[in-house]
Amino acid sequence: MAKLNMVQAINLALAQEMANDDSVLVMGQDVGVDGGVFRATDGLLERFGQKRVLDTPLAESGIVGSGVGMALAGLKPVCEMQFSGFSYMMMGQFEAHVTRLRARTLGQLNLPMVIRMPYGGGVRALEHHSESREVMYAHQPGARVVIPSGPRNARALLLAAIRDPDPVLFMEPKHSYRAFREEVPEQEETLPIGKAHVVQEGTDLTLISWGAMMRPALKAAARIEKQRGASIEIIDLLTIAPMDHETIAASVAKTGRCVVVQEAPRSFGPSSEITAVINDRAFLYLEAPVKRLTGYDVVTPYFGREKSYLPGVDKVAQGIAETLDF
Amino acid sequence: MPRKQIAKFSVPHVQILAPDGTADAKLDPGLPADTLLAMYRWMRLARALDERMLKLQRQGRLGTFPPNAGQEAISIPAAMLMRDGDWFVGAFRELGGRLVRGEPLTAVLDYYNGWEEGNVLPDKELRILPTSVVIGCQIEHAAGLAYAAQYKESGEVALAFIGDGGTSEGGFHEGLNLAGVWRAPLVTIIQNNQWAISIPRSQQTASETLAQKGIAYGMPVVQIDGNDPLAVWVAVGEAIERARRGEGPTLIEAVTYRLMMHTTADDPKKYRTEDEEKRAWELEPLLRTRKYLENKEIWDQDREQALLDEVKARVDAAVAEFETPKERPLDAPFDHVYGTAHPNIEAQRREFLAGLEGGGARG
Repeated sequence: MAKLNMVQAINLALAQEMANDDSVLVMGQDVGVDGGVFRATDGLLERFGQKRVLDTPLAESGIVGSGVGMALAGLKPVCEMQFSGFSYMMMGQFEAHVTRLRARTLGQLNLPMVIRMPYGGGVRALEHHSESREVMYAHQPGARVVIPSGPRNARALLLAAIRDPDPVLFMEPKHSYRAFREEVPEQEETLPIGKAHVVQEGTDLTLISWGAMMRPALKAAARIEKQRGASIEIIDLLTIAPMDHETIAASVAKTGRCVVVQEAPRSFGPSSEITAVINDRAFLYLEAPVKRLTGYDVVTPYFGREKSYLPGVDKVAQGIAETLDF
Repeated sequence: MPRKQIAKFSVPHVQILAPDGTADAKLDPGLPADTLLAMYRWMRLARALDERMLKLQRQGRLGTFPPNAGQEAISIPAAMLMRDGDWFVGAFRELGGRLVRGEPLTAVLDYYNGWEEGNVLPDKELRILPTSVVIGCQIEHAAGLAYAAQYKESGEVALAFIGDGGTSEGGFHEGLNLAGVWRAPLVTIIQNNQWAISIPRSQQTASETLAQKGIAYGMPVVQIDGNDPLAVWVAVGEAIERARRGEGPTLIEAVTYRLMMHTTADDPKKYRTEDEEKRAWELEPLLRTRKYLENKEIWDQDREQALLDEVKARVDAAVAEFETPKERPLDAPFDHVYGTAHPNIEAQRREFLAGLEGGGARG
């Protein structure tokens, strides 16, 4: 077992599945010779050749749209959007075709394809490189939006996504790309798409997050547990859409309190949906209002102000304490 | 250093069959009589279905649809040149080509009457993609299909259609650019019918021709008379053969005219003259094809009448089948959100079914 960071884990998943299955190919801007701007596809060109590692022109819609064609013809394209900030050029393909081809043909056609994209803030990037817009994709019926939080679940979820007969949008929190390493087994493992992971069981409060926000959430939970002896259940959502209502509802029914940590702007975000799910499924168990700790409904600030805008450990710890004291 | 010309381009134009039904002797591909007659039969069938659909729509028995009249000579010969395994990637005015490739008449009627069942083919290996209502996307799909054919070295090609308005969309350009870079076996046919709803060709682009847009993506281009099935046959045939030989994509501009409204929801009188339409009707493809067949003495009034009776009977039968009540579960959309059942969707299905008036779940 090797200690890998998330980029290396993603690279491992791609390499393993390309070795397993000749129909898998990767395509995107700079994914070949350059190995991807974050090096997620490093070494794949040398190993699998340019027929299966396509350096494409700058054409997000074309990458996803031609990916649709390839998937229809039996290939399994893994399309890379270089940054999520550029991915909106392919929204037409995503909404009109990727998410609905199965439904509009009553199941006759399906698209085994993956769209990967780095997203999120915290790396002092140029503008349009720091947004967290998972909800724009998650809102499309038929969309499956996956967000790993660490190297090991990134590898397992990406393998599952590539093997799935239906499309998966795979958003990679770039703040977590090289932030830490984990043991990632060489032996292949997958995680089910659509299933949240209970990182730690607890009885006093449910803390829900995903992606890069899992790190401050975990640290804040540890601090409060130490300070107050509280027992906190922690859920890593892993899949934004379709959301794992069962795990959320069962947890809140047990704890009666919930805090959601979200990097994205507050309104209409996944935390709003989580709150609604709790309202539907666990209202009578609530001891306190569900607290949303989120980004703000402002245009993502440039990185000079970025740190103060991202939910951090102090803010999360304070939110947990307030919810416990309510 | 003096200025010098570093590139020079030209756009050929091909017409073989003149509106009076005479063919250019040098260019006439000399198709066998049975091929010509089959082609004309498809054109008559498509026209008959189109005319019936308009009546049905006006009677409230069919939803909004885009009539095809005047454009039969484009997608029909093109589709006849395709083989099993090739991909037919339509926009939404390729009725004849769809029928040639094996789409049932009832599927067309179902689709335009608001049933997803119209997108379900008798066999998905017919490889006819569903109608692309969102304009331009389909060229990107076709580029990917063509890449996949190249990847598998299958010798298959993708044949894609788009309108004159569609050439202003990003998807058209990104798709052609990808196919050009990949030298993928893609044949793209622009049906330049002069009108994108109310926007005339002159306001769509300042380009002298639409064909020349392919030159920018490094592929052979040709503009043809799209009301001339022989020119379509020759140009598309050459393009398909080039694609099969691994020599890359082609862009064909077929110049035609949308004789009817964009869809049944608009009125062309608002933006074009009846005089213009009248002149266009004189150039329409069925008229000249029939004259050509008569000149070759393989067609006459009796055979014409027999064919009209035959296609009417086929359309009658299709309409009767289409209008026969079917058992269609109203909750079918819940079956196909994801490839596997999902508890959130199943919960909503139960809510939907419970809320149905009288608890009925039939179409």
